[in-house]
Amino acid sequence: MIVTFVRARAVESRRTAALAVVVSLLISIAIGSVLMLAAGKSPAYVWSEMALRTFGDPYLLGQMLYKTTGLIFTGLAVSLALDAGLFNIGVEGQVTAGVVGASLVGAALPPSTPPIVAVPLCLLAAAAFAGCVGYATGVLRVYRGAHEVITGFMLNAIIAGVALWLGNEFLFQNGSTRGPAIVPGARLPQLGFGGSAVNASLFLAILVAVAMWWIRSQTTWGRTWRAIGSEPTTARTVGIDVQHTQILAMVGSAALAGLSASNFVLGHKHAFEEGLGRGVGFLGIAAALLGRLNPLAIIAGALLFGFLSSGGLAVADIVPKELTEMLQGVVVLVVAVIMVWLPTRGVRVPTKGAP
Amino acid sequence: MISAILSLAFFAQVLRIAVPYALAAMGGSITERSGVIDLAIESKLLFGAFFAAAVAHATGSAYAGIGGGMLAGAVVAAIQIWCCLRLGANQVLVGVALNLVALGGTRFLLQLIYHEGANSPPVAGFGNAVGTNPLVWLAIACAIALPVAIKRTRWGLRLRAAGDRPDALVSVGVSPTRARLAAALVGGAIAGAGGAQLSLSVGGFVADMSGGRGYIALAMVILSGWRPLYAALACAGIAVADAINIQLQVASIGIPHELAQLVAPALTLLVLIIGGGAHGRSPSALGKQ
Repeated sequence: MIVTFVRARAVESRRTAALAVVVSLLISIAIGSVLMLAAGKSPAYVWSEMALRTFGDPYLLGQMLYKTTGLIFTGLAVSLALDAGLFNIGVEGQVTAGVVGASLVGAALPPSTPPIVAVPLCLLAAAAFAGCVGYATGVLRVYRGAHEVITGFMLNAIIAGVALWLGNEFLFQNGSTRGPAIVPGARLPQLGFGGSAVNASLFLAILVAVAMWWIRSQTTWGRTWRAIGSEPTTARTVGIDVQHTQILAMVGSAALAGLSASNFVLGHKHAFEEGLGRGVGFLGIAAALLGRLNPLAIIAGALLFGFLSSGGLAVADIVPKELTEMLQGVVVLVVAVIMVWLPTRGVRVPTKGAP
Repeated sequence: MISAILSLAFFAQVLRIAVPYALAAMGGSITERSGVIDLAIESKLLFGAFFAAAVAHATGSAYAGIGGGMLAGAVVAAIQIWCCLRLGANQVLVGVALNLVALGGTRFLLQLIYHEGANSPPVAGFGNAVGTNPLVWLAIACAIALPVAIKRTRWGLRLRAAGDRPDALVSVGVSPTRARLAAALVGGAIAGAGGAQLSLSVGGFVADMSGGRGYIALAMVILSGWRPLYAALACAGIAVADAINIQLQVASIGIPHELAQLVAPALTLLVLIIGGGAHGRSPSALGKQ
């Protein structure tokens, strides 16, 4: 009886979630159309060209999937933290930390290292470098009461500057903005698509999403980190160490962000480059919100934003590419507003101790 | 080096750097005192900077530009209040979303109006002058007048009540939402004026020229316990560090420039580590609908 009731409610709220996503998309498309009209172009023409060009050209399709891969990692990162009631805006810097970690280790390995050793080592380095940043953010939040949005933003600026300094001082070669290449064994294969950047990291991203779905919904860990996000008082009452779990969630979130280096370094550039992966962190927030915090739906959210950002480039000769950049912010705003519809499953970014 | 720091020129430089931070922080503390989390300061700075440059370019008057910047800040605040209080959206998310909109939106407008990727055309500005820059005087006036206004005026009383005891405000027949809107519009206009200083002091808008100042300003708001005067003074501290840093760069004593430009965020982070969260009581209804 109770089980049926709970199931019915779950279906109900899933329907509301789907409806909320559809309405958010419609409003976003409407606002995007207004922007296109402001640029003096017919919205129908721009939207259809965006779709036709992206899906009609294997290279552009591949570029879209490359963007999507990075966004799956950062979307999962944001959603893991949000589940635990934390807003990880530091994903941007954590991606850079991961990129630095993976490329440093990848370049330092002996040239003959087999992939079975090199790839996991690089991934571990990426996750560890980024995880340290997440640990700092988590500790500052839990023990010093410093809001993670502010510390996250400061860390983003600091990491970007330090990475650039590292590059200029030690890594970049012959006046370029490219560091030493990683060993051949650490490189992930390309997937074709007309020579585009999409690579095997896409499968890793999907694998991680599935793993996260399983941990989140089927294990005690998942229950624990969601409990401290949705019902912190109850969680404390049943004996969960809320502070400890918050720090762990932040480390996990950052490590996921760092894994996106597999896409940028191992799969595409094979070296540390200035600005590699920039912007993917903030868009991850958008992908996570649109994915309604369900790891599998985040893949769909990442696809949409991958489409928007590579589609924006595809039609750059018709409307300025800045249009889609602005639209991405608009989508986050619209989703934030529409999410209020969701009775209890809505994201609760905790306002306690807030700025 | 020491003589360079003790000079009048250095003092003027500190003032110039401090004005955007201080106006942003004072605007933010007004909005937050009324009970609304103000993560959208960055958005108000950026749109303020853009519209100050755009209006100054269109009219040829830097004073009109200030008006444009303040109006832009107030409009962002109105959208923020509408989304957060009328539509009930999460205040942290709305703030971050508005910042993303500003980042892409100002670039889109640059492209749309001037067909430029990163810079607006040069506009009449205030340059390096301090004494004749009305925004410097606006910042000083705000630092003196805002604490009094918060304490002594009806607007200030309602603002504090909306932030601390909205139910008390309801019981005397005043809508907390309306009081918060009144506070946020003023706060937004002040932050927008901070944006105007960014673009008018260098004679044009540059994409992403706010560069995280809004977040630093918010950190100062919290550290100063939501008191506008102290928040402005904390921002002056950041500005001193920034100005010393510029002097060090001029003297070129070998600090890498990539690291030197991190002084403001690093100092903010350091202050957060040492000082932790708030110093002073936070508005008790902060962040609640």
